[in-house]
Amino acid sequence: MAYINGIGIISPQDTLPGSAFLEPVIEHTSEFMKSIEPVYKQYIDPIASRRLSRLIKMGISSAKMCMLDAGLEVPDAIITGTGLGSVEDTEKILGELTKEEKFLNPTPFIQSTYNTISSQIAINLKCHQYNSTYVHRCFSLESCLIDALLQIDEGSAQNVLTGGIDEMTLNHLTIIRRLGLWKPEAVSNLDLWSSPLPGALAGEGAAYFSISKERNEKTYASLSAVQTLYKPSSTEQTAEAVVRFVTEQGLRPEDVDLVMMGNNGNDEHDRICDEVMMKALPSASRMLYKHLCGEYHTVSGFALFVAANILRKQFIPSSLINIPSAPGKLETILIHNHFRDTDHSFILVRR
Amino acid sequence: MGIRVVITGYGIVSSIGMDAGEVLRSLLDGISGIGEITRFDTIHKGKLPLAEVRRSNAELLEHLGLKNKKKYSRTSLLGMAAARQAAEMAGIKPGQSLRTGLISANTVGGMDRTEDFYPLFLENQSKGRISEVATHDCGDSTEKIAEYLGVRDFITTISTACSSSANAVMLASEMIKAGLIDRVIAGGTDAVTRFTLNGFNTLMILDKTGCRPFDEERAGLTIGEGAAFLVLESEELAIREGREIIGLVSGYGNANDAYHQTASSPEGIGAGLAMAKALEMGCIEPAAVSYINVHGTGTQNNDLSEGIAVQKLFVDTVPPFSSTKSYTGHTLGAAGAIEAVISLLSVQNGCIFPNLRWATPMKELYIRPVTSLLRNIPVEHVLSNSFGFGGNNSSLLLSKYNSR
Repeated sequence: MAYINGIGIISPQDTLPGSAFLEPVIEHTSEFMKSIEPVYKQYIDPIASRRLSRLIKMGISSAKMCMLDAGLEVPDAIITGTGLGSVEDTEKILGELTKEEKFLNPTPFIQSTYNTISSQIAINLKCHQYNSTYVHRCFSLESCLIDALLQIDEGSAQNVLTGGIDEMTLNHLTIIRRLGLWKPEAVSNLDLWSSPLPGALAGEGAAYFSISKERNEKTYASLSAVQTLYKPSSTEQTAEAVVRFVTEQGLRPEDVDLVMMGNNGNDEHDRICDEVMMKALPSASRMLYKHLCGEYHTVSGFALFVAANILRKQFIPSSLINIPSAPGKLETILIHNHFRDTDHSFILVRR
Repeated sequence: MGIRVVITGYGIVSSIGMDAGEVLRSLLDGISGIGEITRFDTIHKGKLPLAEVRRSNAELLEHLGLKNKKKYSRTSLLGMAAARQAAEMAGIKPGQSLRTGLISANTVGGMDRTEDFYPLFLENQSKGRISEVATHDCGDSTEKIAEYLGVRDFITTISTACSSSANAVMLASEMIKAGLIDRVIAGGTDAVTRFTLNGFNTLMILDKTGCRPFDEERAGLTIGEGAAFLVLESEELAIREGREIIGLVSGYGNANDAYHQTASSPEGIGAGLAMAKALEMGCIEPAAVSYINVHGTGTQNNDLSEGIAVQKLFVDTVPPFSSTKSYTGHTLGAAGAIEAVISLLSVQNGCIFPNLRWATPMKELYIRPVTSLLRNIPVEHVLSNSFGFGGNNSSLLLSKYNSR
């Protein structure tokens, strides 16, 4: 168990420092939900910034926002989760390779390396301590949180800076659309749940958290536990795992007030989310949020930002959808997500 | 004393052998795996060497008893071959009641197939076999290995450039100590790709003659491919289950150089910190280290920075050291685990493998690598260094097992 004492987030909503909590809602009508980016020179030296690709800039900036929010200068560990790293840089190299192998610019290669974000943050914060990067689909951020809790429990770190980050590009969207799980054309995010077109809406974002051993005046919420579940054999088994996870934290299933649902607009995906939670936590209020940020590997970062703020502010912005109705109290929130029913994750956040 | 993490199995696939026995033979005989490029078409053929695993994908599929070639990247195939050996040695079978995890590491996922797909796709966005990009991400190979071995209880993937699989061993050890899991198959896998070869080539750090770590005339690294995995569990469990204990993970350290994205600091700050942390955790004085399997890529920058860090930490008690990348090439995400297995072979066989292709001492250093095989010497503690781009530095301290 540890505390979330700072958050820095760049997302398709206006979540930059000083913004109101998800008000007003930003509508996106283009091919994918692109992040509302900050003025980078506030966080990165403009000369250095010129060479950095968008994902790296989002990573450094959100990490710095998080440290400012937490009132810390140097963390004891930096851990980043990313499903795909810098897609833009990877595409640049692949594009060059199709012409001839004579390209000379090393920058895209360096930045395509998955650990660039964590290491650029280390360079920017002058942090020589533990530094790692997890790159496992929808387990990327969850693995970071598990590692962060281990470091804190074991006493090797007091404050861990950890987050999840992924970007979308048009080429990448074209490729994943051919896999069939995504909306085949642009749909407004506000129509995600009513659109007759099947599939998820692609999104992106960067969310960093300052996770600390001690509660303080900046604390948003406590991060009670994080667990991943690989390849369950049925929704029953997944539901049992949810109940066991909650019970292991000394709670009864009915103690969970709110579940941030993994639903993304893809019918098969959503059916699994609904079945699992109806079985495991039938009394909890279920919340849909992916119309605000879209779907991506480290989307739980957006969910964790929402959950932590709901618990601190004790209200639910009207842009979030509660089924069947808003919960009576806001003490305990479970975040569930999954990737093709193979990788399920659970994050428990408490007031 | 806290929980001790022991090693009860390992597996390795590299350019110098398809299993630990073959690898040991090559190490003893001084046979390097560095040679001509055969895996793919490239303008660098005949100009730059690689350390390739001498098996085609078709041969690897057959070796693994698999049929569906559309499903697997080479990264997965190499990983499955090495992880299967590790699981077999440790007696891991599907359906056992122990909670078993897989923590794997790599740097480019299934890029070997993505780069086949991409030219067709760029020509026409509806072209290219989509199955070839379904294996692109780093997590794919981990899930393929887990599926192959029937591992269900925990999986994740780490990518910290050249230190990736050392960090996999670290996370596994931490989770075992915390009681989150009973045993973990931890390591890494990476295949050679045109992407990596050309990427490193733009940095102008590839030695045209094959890497010469710690030599004054060194001119860069040689990219290799391969995979290695260790099986880790608590000492108590290993004893209870009657397993043969191969070695002890007595310490590890992860630190960041925080200096430059691709260059190490001249003083080797991160390298020194990582090694010091590993020794501190193992309660081992520097003088007690029997051998350092150095990162030793053969680049100007790494070997100087690492050498200075070693001199600073060990002062006048610098143990024998060598870079076995002179045999295996730099296997990137697999390097930490491959070198951990080589370190265990050193402990088990009481020998220290030479640093090949070394001729001239570095001007800036007073230390020199081991250049001929040392046999019949007690090897108690090995420090295995893995330092990566982005200043991601990790050291593992692997020791001979002694019951206490």
